[in-house]
Order: sequence, then structure tokens, then C-alpha cells
Amino acid sequence: MNRVVVTGQGTINALGHSVPETLAAMREARCGIGPLDIRDADRLSIRIGAQVRGFAPEAHFNRQQIALYDRFTQFALLAAREAVAQSGLRFEGALAERSGVVLGTAGGGTNTWDENYRTVYEEGRNRVHPFVVPKLMNSAAASHISMRYHLMGPGFTVATACASSNHAMGQAFQLVRSGAAPVILTGGAEAMLCFGGIKAWEGLRVMSRDACRPFSANRNGMVQGEGAAVFVFEAYDHARARGADILAEVVGFAMTADASDIVVPSKHGAARAIRGAMADAGLAPEAVGYINAHGTGTAANDKIECAAVADVFGAHADRLMISSTKSMHGHVIGGTGAIEALACIMALREGVIAPTVNYQEPDPECSLDVVPNVAREAEVTAVLSNAFAFGGLNAVLAFRKV
Amino acid sequence: MSQTIAEQVRAIIAEQAMLDPAEIADDAALEALGIDSLGLVEAIFAIEETFDIQVPFNANEPASAQIDLSTVRAVIAAVEKLVAGTAQPG
Repeated sequence: MNRVVVTGQGTINALGHSVPETLAAMREARCGIGPLDIRDADRLSIRIGAQVRGFAPEAHFNRQQIALYDRFTQFALLAAREAVAQSGLRFEGALAERSGVVLGTAGGGTNTWDENYRTVYEEGRNRVHPFVVPKLMNSAAASHISMRYHLMGPGFTVATACASSNHAMGQAFQLVRSGAAPVILTGGAEAMLCFGGIKAWEGLRVMSRDACRPFSANRNGMVQGEGAAVFVFEAYDHARARGADILAEVVGFAMTADASDIVVPSKHGAARAIRGAMADAGLAPEAVGYINAHGTGTAANDKIECAAVADVFGAHADRLMISSTKSMHGHVIGGTGAIEALACIMALREGVIAPTVNYQEPDPECSLDVVPNVAREAEVTAVLSNAFAFGGLNAVLAFRKV
Repeated sequence: MSQTIAEQVRAIIAEQAMLDPAEIADDAALEALGIDSLGLVEAIFAIEETFDIQVPFNANEPASAQIDLSTVRAVIAAVEKLVAGTAQPG
């Protein structure tokens, strides 16, 4: 079994167009949520989101590429570029032949679906652009990353709603650990902030109209974001042999299914995933200093997640820190776990715990140290990242300082 | 003849609860009729479509002061108020 380390990371999201920008925003407790600037926003009852702003595709891609790349693919490619550049890897020969890409997304090319349904239903036209299918497919981002970097080993996309990128990174971890691939680019991307995307979520009545306030007694729902984060997962020996800068070690992963309800979360399913990840990593509960929470800001999730953490950690639950960075970058659905892993690695590498912003009122059912409103300096050596999706599909990752 | 608001609301709730409308007592709690959180969201959707109104309901705050949907009677009263609120005067 190989040890697995992270040797590169990249992102674009509402907090920044790069990892340094994003981490600076997290340190400053900046919130990326604001009024939605999308077509027909006046017909929505939910009008806020964590949008990627100041982003011009033309600055990064040519006309032919834009015709093929949905917004989620564009985000994934930009995040991959930053990650690969940091890793210093060049994929050639046997390395290219065996390395791969595993990404998470829930919606894939949602904007492409939305725009082309408008074309045929609203405008009544009978012809769409020839590249609609290759542009909207969930696996398009993974394919384009494989083409860009000549990754000819495993390549696929995982869709488990809000846990997609944690499941993807878990698969990448297992592929590298088992020796099936020396390097996997992994993470996730989502771009669902379009009229149809928000309209669908509105229907479920779990979205907040004003703010994302995880763990706060006055929380009233989730706020959607968009973006991507991509990491280079590399076999430790491979990274050491080439003198790579190692950002963190991936030490454990577990996934469970609640097998109970399509929207209501389960304390037991969450707790089993948390315990499983620690067992896989060989971590004692007392070793875990920080948890990046699923923390959606819904009434149900935050209460049940805190109860699961209290169950698993016992007295140590009151000593560890747990924060929801969704309060800043929004719920990036299938890409969210990847963006949240940035906060995990920042905690290990820089000793800075990203806060839960917009925290206003203590909730007795969420009485853990949620790092309210201000980032905190703290030395931690092991951290977890939780993802508990609709449909009860749970995935928890464990990272350790190297 | 057209149905009253109460009859229409009772029919919507009955469909969610998989019961006959005659079995829906006005003082019954929706939960007691077997309507869970998803069922409630679906019933509200049917009410909005039937009466062309917006029901101010957020599943995160089911007990908020904005609207009382605890019993069949409360739902009927809330819908009557919302329908009256959207009606054009004169």
C-alpha cells in the first residue's frame, strides 16, 4: 500500500480565482455570497448565491474551446492548471500512461441544459448547437483534463449529489494507495447558478433568501455557490523521489449509505462514515483537531451533524473545532467537498482554521466549537472533511500533516 | 358548482395522506395524517398551483410565525387569507 500525498491544489470559486486568493478570503472571514447576477433572476424567489465574479471565459479559452466547455468544465480546467503547475509534474511516458483523473459533479453542464432548453422550448427553434451533448455531459470536465495533461490511466466522474467530490477524492485516494495509478488529479466542479438550476432548488424550500448561517439558531437554509477545486494526489515515494513540496497526506476515507430517506439525513449514517474514515486512517478520535463540516445551514443537517460528531468523539467533541466554510463560498453541491479540502489543508499547513461566518445565535443543538466569525490560529495534525448528501450518501476524508 | 377553498384544501391534503376527503377532520394535525416534511412541501406546491398564490413556507422554519400550517383548519385559514390577499378589490 502506498502512502498518498497532495502535491498540488487549484481552485476558482466565489472567494477567489486561485488558492492564495481563496485562503486569504477564508483567513479574513470574507463572505462570497451576494445578489445573483443571472438571466431572469427577477422570476426567482431565491436571489442570492456565491457566484464566481469577474470571470471572463475569453481571457482563458479560445472560441473553439468555449464552444465545447460548459462553465463547470472551464472551472475544472482552471483549477487543474493551478494544481498541476504547483505540483511541477510533467505527464510523459509511463507516468502519463498510468496517471488519471477522477472528478465529482452533481449537475455537470447545467448551464448548457438550461440554455438549450430555452432555445427549443422558449424560443421554439428546432436546431441546437452540434456540441450540446459533449458540452453538457457530467464527465466532460474529467475528459478535458485528461486530454490537456495526457492522463491515459483511470478517468471518470462521480455523482453523489452534495458528496460527489468527497467520493471522487476517496476513489482517487484508493487508486493511488493501491498502486493502480501513481498520480490522480481529483476534486470536483459545479456551475448550477442559472435560472433552471435555482428554480429547481427553490421548489424544495430549503434555500435561504438572505444568508447562509450554519450552526446558528436563526439559520434558515442553504445558499448555493459555484466553482471548482482540483488536487494532485500522488504516491508518497513518487513525490519524495522527485523532491516535490508535499502539502498534506491523505490518510483515510470511508463512505456509507443511510439507506433511509431521499432528503432527510441520518445521524447513524454520518457517524458510521466519520468512524470509518478514522479507522481507515488509524487515527484515534483525540488526534483529530479540526473537522470541515458538511454544515449546509439547513435546520436538519446542522443539528444531525453535530449529534453525529458528539456521538463519535464523546468528550473530545468539545475540544475539537468544526466549521462550515459554506458560509463563505456557498454550497458548491458536487464541487463543495473539493473547495472545503482547501480549508483542511490550510489548517494543517498554516495552522489557520477557517471560520463559520454569519454566526449570530447559539443553538443548543449545535453546541460545538464552530469557530464563529473569525479565523483562528491553532496547531492541528489531523483533520476530517465531512460530506453528507441528499439520498443519504456519506463520504468522509481524513488528512494529516506531513 | 365550484368547490369552496376548504373543500379544495381538504382534497389536496387527502391526496397526500392517501385518505378519503371525508376522513380529513379539521382539527387533525398534518403530521398525524401521516404527512411528512416532503409531503407537506408537495401539498403546498399543489395549493400554490390550485389557487395561484405564494405560500411563505421554508422547510427550515416550519414553525415560524410567518404561517401556521399545523392542522387542517390552520391550512384552510391560511389559504383563505392568502387568496383574499391576492383578490382584486371591487
